[in-house]
Amino acid sequence: MTDTHVYAPTGDAGFGDYVALLKPRVMSLVVFTALVGLLVAPVGVHPFVGMAAILFIALGAGASGALNMWWDADIDAVMRRTRNRPVPAGKVSPGEALGFGLALSGISVVMLALATNLFAAGLLAFTIFFYAVVYSMWLKRLTPQNIVIGGAAGAFPPMIGWAVATGGVSVESVLMFAIIFMWTPPHFWALALFMKEDYHKAGVPMLTVTHGRKATRAHILIYTILLMPVAVGAGFTAIGGVFYTAVAVVLNLMFLAGAIRIWRRDEAVAEADGYAVEKKVFRFSLYYLFLHFGAFLGQAVLASYGLGGW
Amino acid sequence: MAFKPEHEIYKRRFGRNLGLGLVLVAFVFLVFGLTVVKVTQVGQVQGFDHVVRPELVPVEAEEGVSE
Repeated sequence: MTDTHVYAPTGDAGFGDYVALLKPRVMSLVVFTALVGLLVAPVGVHPFVGMAAILFIALGAGASGALNMWWDADIDAVMRRTRNRPVPAGKVSPGEALGFGLALSGISVVMLALATNLFAAGLLAFTIFFYAVVYSMWLKRLTPQNIVIGGAAGAFPPMIGWAVATGGVSVESVLMFAIIFMWTPPHFWALALFMKEDYHKAGVPMLTVTHGRKATRAHILIYTILLMPVAVGAGFTAIGGVFYTAVAVVLNLMFLAGAIRIWRRDEAVAEADGYAVEKKVFRFSLYYLFLHFGAFLGQAVLASYGLGGW
Repeated sequence: MAFKPEHEIYKRRFGRNLGLGLVLVAFVFLVFGLTVVKVTQVGQVQGFDHVVRPELVPVEAEEGVSE
């Protein structure tokens, strides 16, 4: 947990430091997936309301990021990847980060409820709670399955986008959730394979630390295999079609090929080439998710012209 | 007389205040825009001016009276 004495602020924070508390890179993924969830929904939303809804969903995601940075400042200070974040760098005090996160959580949920509907706002509130409390405070330091369960927090945005338009849940929105949920473990474990020292030093029970790297490689393959039917199966629902399914099949075969290559390698080979395959698969996994949701969007555009449906 | 050069901290504070100001202005416009959209989506609205107008009486109430 955060120790206020260790992270004493060195001076006034700039505007950019508060923006950094919102984890803008994570936010960009949230904005994109929530936007796709909103646009592929069968119910239309006024463009201004839709834009405001995406903004409040992004703000809620940012708020949970600030709460995560408040709680995890001690871990962030140890890891090379995160030690320049505003709290461990001493630019923003932990108390400020907490207040900022709580205030933005409240504003984003209330404004989403006023702009759209209570169901979407409730889902956003649950997402913030899930990421800040269930993942950051509870699971992250407790179990090597932290990534698996914590991945749900990142998977909610398209469901919220769908709920903004429809006011509810359906099999399509659950499948969009499931794609991100199943994609998160292989994505992060590929990262953990080549960022091994960081997680080890911070004492975070990543699978690589608790079960070893061979088991992590096997887990990446297993989750990639489990992800495939979910991602391709979405092509046979109302938001899918020929175009989406073709894209999903190609992407999933490529991801599977990468996972098999990771699984077949051992540490000596990986060390020798500087984890080239692991880094390549990690980068590909980012494109994988982006292109899947891009394909949902492309499919919706085609469907509006009466093309690409089953 | 030479002025003391301004400390970097004032520039940073100004940047922060300017940023916050712009965010607040954007928020005002956002709420205003949402209000306009919500009001225009309601449909035709008639103000009550203490005069009985048949078109404002709910249909259900009319049916209840006729029964």
